[in-house]
Amino acid sequence: MLNQTPLWKYIIIAVVIGLCTLYASPNLYGEDHAVQISAGRNAVVDEQLVEKVSADLAAASIESKSIVLENEQILVRLLDADTQLRARESLEKSLGENYYVAMNLAPDTPEWLSALGGEPMKLGLDLRGGVHFLMEVDMNSALEKTLKDSDNDFRTALREEDIRYRTIKQVENGLEIYFRDQDTLDKAEFFLKNRNRDFVFSEKSDLVLFATMSEQKLLETRDYAVKQNITIIRNRVNQLGVAEPVVQKQGPDRIVVQLPGIQDTAKAKEILNATATLEYREVDIEHDVSDAIAGRVPPGSELLNYEGRGPQLLKKAIIVEGSHIIDATSGVDQNGMPKVSIKLDSQGGAKMLAFTKRAVGKPMAVVFIEYKATGERDAAGKLIFEAKRTVISVATINGVFGNQFETTGLDSPKEAQNLALLLRAGALIAPIQIIEERTVGPSLGKENIKLGKEAIIAGFMLVLVFMVIYYKKFGFVANIALSLNLVMMVGIMSMIPGATLTLPGMAGIVLTVGMAVDANVLIFERIREEVADGRSPQQAIHFGYDSAFSTILDANITTFIAGLILFAVGTGPIKGFSITLMIGIATSMFTAIVVTRAIVNAWWGGKRLTKLSI
Amino acid sequence: MQIFSGNYTVNFMKLSFPAAILSTILVLGSFATLAINQLNWGLDFTGGTQIEIGYQNTADLDAIRAQLAASEFNDAVVQNFGSSKDVLIRLASREGIKPSELGDKAIAILKQADSSAEMRGSSFVSASVGEELTEQGGLAMLICLLCILVYVTMRFEWRFALGSVIALAHDVIITLGLFSILGLEFDLTVLAAVLAVIGYSLNDTIVVFDRIRENFRKIRDVEPTDIINTSLTQTLNRTTITSGTTLLVLFALFFLGGATIHGFATALLFGIFIGTYSSIYIASLVALKLGVSREDLMPTVIEKEGADQDPIM
Repeated sequence: MLNQTPLWKYIIIAVVIGLCTLYASPNLYGEDHAVQISAGRNAVVDEQLVEKVSADLAAASIESKSIVLENEQILVRLLDADTQLRARESLEKSLGENYYVAMNLAPDTPEWLSALGGEPMKLGLDLRGGVHFLMEVDMNSALEKTLKDSDNDFRTALREEDIRYRTIKQVENGLEIYFRDQDTLDKAEFFLKNRNRDFVFSEKSDLVLFATMSEQKLLETRDYAVKQNITIIRNRVNQLGVAEPVVQKQGPDRIVVQLPGIQDTAKAKEILNATATLEYREVDIEHDVSDAIAGRVPPGSELLNYEGRGPQLLKKAIIVEGSHIIDATSGVDQNGMPKVSIKLDSQGGAKMLAFTKRAVGKPMAVVFIEYKATGERDAAGKLIFEAKRTVISVATINGVFGNQFETTGLDSPKEAQNLALLLRAGALIAPIQIIEERTVGPSLGKENIKLGKEAIIAGFMLVLVFMVIYYKKFGFVANIALSLNLVMMVGIMSMIPGATLTLPGMAGIVLTVGMAVDANVLIFERIREEVADGRSPQQAIHFGYDSAFSTILDANITTFIAGLILFAVGTGPIKGFSITLMIGIATSMFTAIVVTRAIVNAWWGGKRLTKLSI
Repeated sequence: MQIFSGNYTVNFMKLSFPAAILSTILVLGSFATLAINQLNWGLDFTGGTQIEIGYQNTADLDAIRAQLAASEFNDAVVQNFGSSKDVLIRLASREGIKPSELGDKAIAILKQADSSAEMRGSSFVSASVGEELTEQGGLAMLICLLCILVYVTMRFEWRFALGSVIALAHDVIITLGLFSILGLEFDLTVLAAVLAVIGYSLNDTIVVFDRIRENFRKIRDVEPTDIINTSLTQTLNRTTITSGTTLLVLFALFFLGGATIHGFATALLFGIFIGTYSSIYIASLVALKLGVSREDLMPTVIEKEGADQDPIM
């Protein structure tokens, strides 16, 4: 018999729609004002801290809805924006600077739903307010620095090998090494080629050897410069107390930073631009630490705090500065113990060699210097920064070393990772520049959501009314499909982890509503034609759906291609728009063809009809 | 209810000549205004600094200009944005201040002058990013047209493919022309809208082509012009209704979506009209003039090896 839908199809439809509805449902719940506590360096977030937080809040007579430990963060849900502000202030005070306290809006999703992975849609910055920075790493200076290091390195190596060169010049893209005779040049070329595999050597002209970085090395240098900056920015963003910040690499030399909820962009920029350095220093073992703590600090030394291990007495003289660090990586030594491998440039290596020659068996410390905003401003309105020195590592020198050495005796792989991270953060970094900045104030964000919602609802209603008037009962069926389409879009947007809803994205939803009816219009018009051609109602439904299908498919695929290209080429708002457009095309095909067919079959299929309500 | 009923065929192609003239004039006109007036490129493309300030009461634009001029922001462009309480200010670059700090500075000045001034949004785009975006946007459009050309050639035939791409280019050029002659700002969202117009117009064109192909296969011994007329008439209801519903939601966006989305809605509203017209006249007309015929559209018969021989057993 015509127009029967098998049971399995109904089941599939029910399952798909049920799933989408389930994952769309978190969007119906509101949001709680919350503060989020995460650990800074050398601090842990644990059950004990949860107790402390709840005690502190009780002491400040701040009522909280819940305090939960999750993903090494504590989330405190509060009643309203006012208590949120108060809670943040009091917790910042009581927890000290080892913890970061950020304000956030936490979705009020019921537990059973979030256990299933249900989450509301993520909103773009244009809807929730915040700052978006696009930064570019100055690659020229990063590459120049690498060349300069190699320049020094070549000089030392050639001298040690007793190969005489006239001079080495740093030119664009490489180094020119001048020689007096061809023999020496050949010798040098052979030697350097074997020694420096990351360089490409060629004879430029008479008696000049040209060394340029290999593709691989260029790539590594670029990558390192970006990664180093990302690490540092991540650290600083934590200081800003932003919940859910985004710090991401974009393209070969760019970094995207998104800080939802931040309004004082000037402050954010200053903190992001603050520098950090570090110093290798000798530990003063000739004098007594407890004497110094008592106030008798010997001249030429100073007391600095070694986090978690009390004060240390260090000599003021600096062995090597952080700017000489080329790389620091954590790993394990041959005994499986955690270690950090450090590489210095040739200048730093020479200094280190000179120092360790006379200091084997003595302890050496690393001092990390951060510039933190004091919260006060100077006369010109600039934030005042204060240098904060802390000891991050003390290790005994086990032998004479130069530009490559290892720090061992660390407690855990995590400590090794932390130390490596800080060493990299303190190294000289390639400068970055803000090339794009977009700020959306919170009031504009709220307004955008409101306007977007209103437009969607209004457009949706208009289409619903029109369809019922024009196609009667079939129009009603199309409306069910259209509503399901909206639910499915929201559900899928909520399910995809990377998808964010933006204002253009909302426009995409509206547009899809208008275009989603197209498939139904095509089918219904076909059915009418078939009826006009004298077919029976059942046959008209059957052939209507059949012959409209390929048209719908072609039309949608071509639009989908346009969406795909938009997604591939576009950035930010365009991407948001294209995602909703593509999702909308996929869901509307399903609802307009499969779902309406199932409903039509269930309603009219197999019945004796003389007329269709279309 | 039905908009067009009855069994007569509308002779669309009778008007093909005037339509061709009209389109040629519109396209040439668009090129002319694009050359003379150019496009009013938005910040996304030109680069620069722009801030949005909201006031409690109606904003006094002259006062704002004076406040800015007093602090050497002489050439700031101040205009209302969305409502009389909101202003949009474009700042020119200045020596001695990092371009990324320009906005912060201007906001501070305005806040000092009127404490009800609230920063609603600010953007800074460097010139290099703007240039890249212009390149990317143009590239996106070209790739889009190319991919469509390939797909339609594969699914239909090269004459149809060329017809649809010419129609799309026609839509894009005239939409850009409208933005140029009216001096409307062309920003990223408008670019997205233009690309959406491509998608929409194509959708329309494909539906018509699909019917033309079907009719070529079904109806014998009829002139191609008549086939196209019949097909256009048959799809006319669908074309009108889909355009209608899309226009309905676009009007909702235009009136309710707010200032940020205004350009987007304008481009699409206009694009839908042009797109509907072009899929009826331009796309089909080009395919017809290129000499599309029944033979080109018959399903290819796959020759099986040995099919012409008698079975052995």
